[in-house]
Amino acid sequence: MNAPKIRSDISQRLQQLSLASLLKGLRRTVKNLVLPLTGIVIFLFIWQIAASSIVTSLGQFPGPSDVWQQSKTLVAEHRQERQKADAFYTRQEVRNAKKLAKNPQADVKVRPYTGKATYFDQIFTSLYTVMFGFLVATFIAIPLGILCGLSENAYRAINPIIQTFKPVSPLAWLPLVTMVVSALYVSDDPMFEKAFLTSGFTVALCCLWPTVVNTIVGVASINRDLIDVSRVLRLSSPVYIKTIVIPSATPLIFTGLRLSLATGWMVLIAAEMLAQNPGLGKFIWDEFQNGSSSSLGRIMVAVITIGIIGFILDQLMLALQKRVSWDKQAVLR
Amino acid sequence: MNKNYLELSQVGIEFPTDGEPFRALQNINLSIQKGEFISLIGHSGCGKSTVLNIIAGLYRASEGGVILEGREVNEPGPDRAVVFQNHALLPWLTVYENVELAVKSVFKKTKSKAEMRDWIAHNLSLVHMDHALHKRPGEISGGMKQRVGIARCLAMQPKVLLMDEPFGALDALTRAHLQDSLMEIQNRLGNTVVMITHDVDEAVLLSDRIVMMTNGPAASIGEILEIDLARPRDRLALAEDPAFNACRQQVLRFLYEKHRNPAAQAAEVPASETPPTEPQVAPASVPKAKPTSSAAA
Repeated sequence: MNAPKIRSDISQRLQQLSLASLLKGLRRTVKNLVLPLTGIVIFLFIWQIAASSIVTSLGQFPGPSDVWQQSKTLVAEHRQERQKADAFYTRQEVRNAKKLAKNPQADVKVRPYTGKATYFDQIFTSLYTVMFGFLVATFIAIPLGILCGLSENAYRAINPIIQTFKPVSPLAWLPLVTMVVSALYVSDDPMFEKAFLTSGFTVALCCLWPTVVNTIVGVASINRDLIDVSRVLRLSSPVYIKTIVIPSATPLIFTGLRLSLATGWMVLIAAEMLAQNPGLGKFIWDEFQNGSSSSLGRIMVAVITIGIIGFILDQLMLALQKRVSWDKQAVLR
Repeated sequence: MNKNYLELSQVGIEFPTDGEPFRALQNINLSIQKGEFISLIGHSGCGKSTVLNIIAGLYRASEGGVILEGREVNEPGPDRAVVFQNHALLPWLTVYENVELAVKSVFKKTKSKAEMRDWIAHNLSLVHMDHALHKRPGEISGGMKQRVGIARCLAMQPKVLLMDEPFGALDALTRAHLQDSLMEIQNRLGNTVVMITHDVDEAVLLSDRIVMMTNGPAASIGEILEIDLARPRDRLALAEDPAFNACRQQVLRFLYEKHRNPAAQAAEVPASETPPTEPQVAPASVPKAKPTSSAAA
């Protein structure tokens, strides 16, 4: 074989190789970027067409461009409100400084700014409320699930109650929770708003169940050999729960927690509408009652925000699961 | 030597089913000496694991009982450590932590922290696993996992080491390595071992006595074969040894000729309470077969 032939062979090979890898890269880009974008564009297109053919008593149904406009307005309103607040605090500081300069013993008051809540304040309130309800639910659901998973008798006793309350809608709970909170939470200087507690507990009542049910399944399906190991070692119940039960139930506990958080976030919006907790639910309700030509657009902004936040919450839980999980090879999605 | 270190007398067990209860074992009588290595061999489903689980205390015998050092066994405990077929290591703990869990639960009151640390390291070095202390079970091979499972049991200093097909899931080479390790350890520590196996060579190589079980239901002990080979045993030398092959032959004959057909076995056990004829057949009464090419190959 002569040298030039080998060289041409190699160059040909290289060309094929680079072409192949280029094609592979291209295919990956199409898969990960182009396909999702195409989906979104088609959706926006259909939305625009459908919106332009629906006329309501509040005007045209908002299309993507209206919604974009409204979201910019909401950001601008937020900025304005913050500027007003800053101006208020500066004025107050100046006034107080003057007072103190005149008379060092003067009684200086610092008042909080009481402007109306902006869209971003409302998002924050919603997140805060859902987290409260979710944590309350988690602290009840995981121990309850472990108990029912470990003890057949406890399961038989508690399961009918779980199955009965699991399908109950948040709207059914809400009046009851409202009355109970007003009756029991009586304080002159309340740490929490009643509306906050009502929404939070309603969320907790509804997002308890997925975690309970999944924890029960997770705990009940521990590998038999590991149970035998714990019996041979005569592990005490706390050690058994800590070293064997919880680690082996962790994947299903997390599945439950993710379902719970998603349920809680859905329930929250309804609860806030009725309990008048100043979050996204109240925002939607107020816009609906307000009934201006921009209302539908603003509600649509809230709808999309709710969706995106729900997605982010789920991804956060997934990241947490990946951190906590002992099995780093497991594919989590 | 104490003749009755571990004794099974008239052990039988029934499992509840929807209809008639299922009788798995009947009339198991076995005396094991301290430091003895016993293999249980028999066809799948004959109840070998059930015997082991009864000794471990994981199952309770319906009749008869197990006595270990003069005390009746009625619950599981660390004095009867079990090596499981599928290692049964906690996958979320490292090799070291897995052994530590056992050591902590057994020696909590008697050993200091430093002593426990040394003891864990010592037992892991016995099974040649001191290089992978901080790996998780998912990161080591099947043979290594089984080594750790053995170390976990040795670290409990059990009176009896119970092994449920410990090498069944391993490839032949790894199995041979582990058998050699086990022989070496047993030689040094003098453990009393009851091991279940499917592997005739393994049984002959490792055991002092091989307990051959009849087929279920209502399985019992068919024959007990004494393996009178000098220790330490070397697998290569033994392969040529006529005594070794004779033992092997005898076990094979029991497994493949005498109890090939479960129906024939069932016919031998009448439904009434009468025990089957002579549950323990003395090995001497069985004619020793010369190694022939067909079965021994």
